[in-house]
Amino acid sequence: MTAALFAGLYLAAVLYIGVFAFRRGGAGQSAEGYFLAGRSLGGFVFLFSLFGTHMTAFAILGSSGHAFSNGIVTYGLMASSSALVVPVLLLTLGTRLWSAGRRFGHFTPVQIFRDRWECNHTGTLIFLLQAALLLPYILIGMIGGGTVLRTLSAGVIPYWAGSGLVAVVIMIYVIFGGMRGTAWVNTFQTLLFLAFGAAAVAVIGRGMGGFEQAVSTLLADPSLAGLLTRERVSPEIFFSYAFLPLSAIAFPHISIFCMTARRMRQFKWTVILYPVCILLIWLPCVFLGVAANSAREIPRIREKQTARALLAGPAAWLPAAEAAQTRSRASGDDVLVVLLDHYAPAWLAGLLGAGIMAAVMASDSQILALSTMFTEDIFAWYGHAERYGARAQIATGRIFVFAVTATAYLIALRVPAGIFELAGQYAFAGFSALVPLYVGALYWRGSTKYGALASVLWVMAAVAGIAWFQAATPAPMGPPVAYFSLGELALLQRTASGTTIAGYLPVLPMTLVSALLLWLVSRVTPKPSEATLTRYFGRR
Amino acid sequence: MDARRVILTACTLILFALHQDFWNWRTAYPLVFGFLPIGLAYHAAYTLAAAAWLAVLVQWAWPDHLDDGHERGSHE
Repeated sequence: MTAALFAGLYLAAVLYIGVFAFRRGGAGQSAEGYFLAGRSLGGFVFLFSLFGTHMTAFAILGSSGHAFSNGIVTYGLMASSSALVVPVLLLTLGTRLWSAGRRFGHFTPVQIFRDRWECNHTGTLIFLLQAALLLPYILIGMIGGGTVLRTLSAGVIPYWAGSGLVAVVIMIYVIFGGMRGTAWVNTFQTLLFLAFGAAAVAVIGRGMGGFEQAVSTLLADPSLAGLLTRERVSPEIFFSYAFLPLSAIAFPHISIFCMTARRMRQFKWTVILYPVCILLIWLPCVFLGVAANSAREIPRIREKQTARALLAGPAAWLPAAEAAQTRSRASGDDVLVVLLDHYAPAWLAGLLGAGIMAAVMASDSQILALSTMFTEDIFAWYGHAERYGARAQIATGRIFVFAVTATAYLIALRVPAGIFELAGQYAFAGFSALVPLYVGALYWRGSTKYGALASVLWVMAAVAGIAWFQAATPAPMGPPVAYFSLGELALLQRTASGTTIAGYLPVLPMTLVSALLLWLVSRVTPKPSEATLTRYFGRR
Repeated sequence: MDARRVILTACTLILFALHQDFWNWRTAYPLVFGFLPIGLAYHAAYTLAAAAWLAVLVQWAWPDHLDDGHERGSHE
């Protein structure tokens, strides 16, 4: 319960920072001030806020939970590939987004697409797709907040109340603080977690009798030794995961955030230090998630392992409801909190719990991004900003923040999926497949709105198709089940956690086909005017 | 594309390919520092190598032409 009190203090601090601290006179009076912090963020806030915005509950709870079940492979799947891919995207695409935003006054990627390709409804379609893909990601924060508060309070704060509290706090500081408040809260959260993460490793390591001891225990047990290798994931899946970090730059909250930097040089240290931040957060989370398997003296760890063994065994006869319950019991999403609860003294567990709260509350920037997109890409685009003025535009954004947060909370109450699974299946794959649009718009004179339209329609169809397939076919409890094969090659398979296409994750064919369609259709359709191309790329 | 860009792009792709360390797939040994399985230690080192390479890219492939030199607002 002490931990829950610290988490409460943390929420109060966040509220103060987001609403009252670092407010600048007039910043909330203009749309640029509210939605982009007046394009004035310095290097320190830019780095830590961008990192905190990208690394959500998925990174902290999802990674340790995934590592608990799948082993050290989790780090290679998402962390080390992100360490190269995300900064390269920031360098190559982020700087161009910043430049286009600065030169032409754009707030959102859709504004850039509309301007660059001289299109209207294609932009609206991209808005709808990005909004639909962003919603599950927002849910991660809600689910993470509820899960953490319930665990920290030993069940005294129920899931619905924890998620609700997190939703209300986020709603208040996003509505009143805008981008500036959100950026400072994210900076505070990232620093807090970086600081307390190191303490968590030390305390848990000592409690386990040293990490050498924990690893020896795992190696001595044949059922657990595999967690220290990558044998639970195929090379095809591992390769597919290298495409998921592409999603980073296509996430609206990241691409919009790229436009908040005061100078382009703010990207420099962000690009270089991004991998270091990834190492500092992901390595402890993954290692602790794996090492948790050695802590068999903790009843909740044993319960999870028993449920996992049941799922891995010949238990296909389990009814669907019972299988879902067993999956929920086996889920490791709260394993980090369980370890803290067991090994850390109450006051330290409280502080560390607040650190974890910091990591799971990254929905703020996504909610603000959705609001920015709605007010700029829909409200302002269809003429309402001209008719009603800037104040009405900002008010619309604030009302939208309220509506999105409330909707996300209500959905979070009904969503049973694990955090990692939820994020991976829809949002990441869909956004990764949208990256060819960014490359086409910012690098290729020959890209056209028709090519972009073909690409967007493909991504929509692919995401809907996968969602339908997974809803229509039950997840197997054992090995994958092939639904469509070509000779020996299983083209379409349903796995325990999703779908594979010829052994690869859907993100791979989705991204490649999206790029191919953009290229093919652009080749045979009319280009934008020479005046537009000159504005973006200069004269030939 | 000039030679420098070709070399930098090729090196970035090689680093990307080195992420697929299939030779560490089924073994935990050696344990680096006595407790880090080689598969995890390799990727931790890979992350640091990425940071070093990105410093090179920032030095040699920085898009100066995009920066108009103007700034807005106050420094934070």
